[in-house]
Amino acid sequence: MLPLDIFLSAMANGLMMGAVYALVALGLTLVYGVLHIINFAHGATLTAAMYAVYVAHAMLGVDPYLALPGLAAIFFALGYLVQRWVIGPASHGDDSNILLVTLGLSIIMENALLAGFRSDTRSIDVPYGFSVVEVGNLFLSTPKLVAFAGSFVVAALLWLLLARTDTGRAIRAVAKEKTGAALVGVRVEHIYAVTFGLGAACLAVAACLLMPTFLVNPRIGNAFVLVAFTIVVLGGMGSIPGALIGGLFVGVVESLSGLYLGESLGQIGIFLIFILVLLARPTGLFGARA
Amino acid sequence: MLEVRDLVAGYGGVPVLRGVSLDVTAGEVVAVLGANGVGKTTLNRCLSGLIRPGAGSIRFEGVELVGQDAADIVAAGLIHVPEGRRIFPNMSVLENLELGSYRRARPRRAANLARVFSIFPRLAERKRQFAGTLSGGEQQMLAIGRGLMAEPRLLIMDEPSLGLSPLLVEEMFTLIARIAAEGLAVMLVEQNVVQSLDLAGRAYVLENGAVAMSGPAEALRRDPTLMTTYLGL
Ligand SMILES: Nc1ncnc2c1ncn2[C@@H]1O[C@H](COP(=O)(O)OP(=O)(O)OP(=O)(O)O)[C@@H](O)[C@H]1O
Ligand SMILES: [Mg+2]
Repeated sequence: MLPLDIFLSAMANGLMMGAVYALVALGLTLVYGVLHIINFAHGATLTAAMYAVYVAHAMLGVDPYLALPGLAAIFFALGYLVQRWVIGPASHGDDSNILLVTLGLSIIMENALLAGFRSDTRSIDVPYGFSVVEVGNLFLSTPKLVAFAGSFVVAALLWLLLARTDTGRAIRAVAKEKTGAALVGVRVEHIYAVTFGLGAACLAVAACLLMPTFLVNPRIGNAFVLVAFTIVVLGGMGSIPGALIGGLFVGVVESLSGLYLGESLGQIGIFLIFILVLLARPTGLFGARA
Repeated sequence: MLEVRDLVAGYGGVPVLRGVSLDVTAGEVVAVLGANGVGKTTLNRCLSGLIRPGAGSIRFEGVELVGQDAADIVAAGLIHVPEGRRIFPNMSVLENLELGSYRRARPRRAANLARVFSIFPRLAERKRQFAGTLSGGEQQMLAIGRGLMAEPRLLIMDEPSLGLSPLLVEEMFTLIARIAAEGLAVMLVEQNVVQSLDLAGRAYVLENGAVAMSGPAEALRRDPTLMTTYLGL
């Protein structure tokens, strides 16, 4: 391989990983934008979704891609219920309480997963796990390409929902003007729950797209969410295009710094750029000026 | 149409309304006047379900509203254009208006949009602009337009002239008169006493959490005690 090919292949891998990061960041930024909280249970929810894919495959024999629509629906419903009947009522309208409730939830979920699956690392075997597509001189992993495309489709659907439907308009309305929204007849608690459900559904999709090439253990979600969090801050808190472009950017930076600095230092590039961007633009690349 | 009886409300145990009773009948414009902080906005919040009154009853077209949530009250056709406008700053003028028919009159959204744009041509010119970048007067027009999108049966307006220049205040009252002339019942909460009484058929004056004076606007305007009561002297 020519050095150029190595570079291009690292770029491609970075973009593909970045798309999944973007999906995880999308859920985080959506919930932040509307509920004004960092959902601390995001990582544990991703882990749970990955175990759900694992269980569906290992015990029921369902392919991750086939499980995707069903799991997305189930996680939407779970997210909706948890926000509507656990987080919402427990928070008494106070944002810092919501924060603590999601933190508590994440501890419960992680430990439940630990109890159920122990700390072993698990993965699934799919026939296409190592299949590749040849593009010029590059060999791109098929499941990673699917993850890339799938993330974009979901982001586009989410954008359509937010931009073109009344529910999406209501979500954006509640994000900035709760009282005004209530006065046009928006049920604010319902919209909160829908938003939370959408965040969880994004994670279910991410899990289905990840599992063919990834492994799962009870703490895996946190690694993703740490990166997703930098993406959310980098892209601008609450910004959807910010999450998308930030995700791709971070994926590429991670991949390239892995290439040039060595695998173990891959993530150092992310945090260096993170600090540099925030020095120049404290509200992030796409953040609204204060 | 609207019958409020012995309404008691407050915040965290501090009473604001101590037994307010008033009526609005179909097609009339009723002004609610009172000094700053007397509880006019609190009254409106109770009517639209944003806060729950401590006691009393609110009947709208024969149905009890106390205990219903804001969305159901909107669905019933009681529409509240709030103090401070409460438009969606992050959304376009068009989207703000579209959301006006989120709960009610949704099938006639296009027709009502055309109607609102004919009442407020300024909004039509600026329909792609973010609502947060509109001038104060335009924002008020948008808030009223958003309310009209729901085809209100009763429109409550809380200080629609607040923060507008005298010329715009005049324009706003003309517009409200025009809307009311089409037969819409309006409850108008205002600081501009004289103009409100010109527009309204009847008026209520709140003082100390209760109705201190009420009657035909004509009579109140000539009442020498109005100003002293209104100013809380
Ligand atoms: N959210 C709140 N929490 C506590 N007290 C409040 C709250 N909102 C209003 N109040 C108090 O209730 C009283 C009535 O307020 P309200 O806004 O209803 O007055 P208002 O008649 O509309 O006044 P203005 O003419 O200035 O708009 C005031 O003393 C106010 O300080
Ligand atoms: Mg007021």
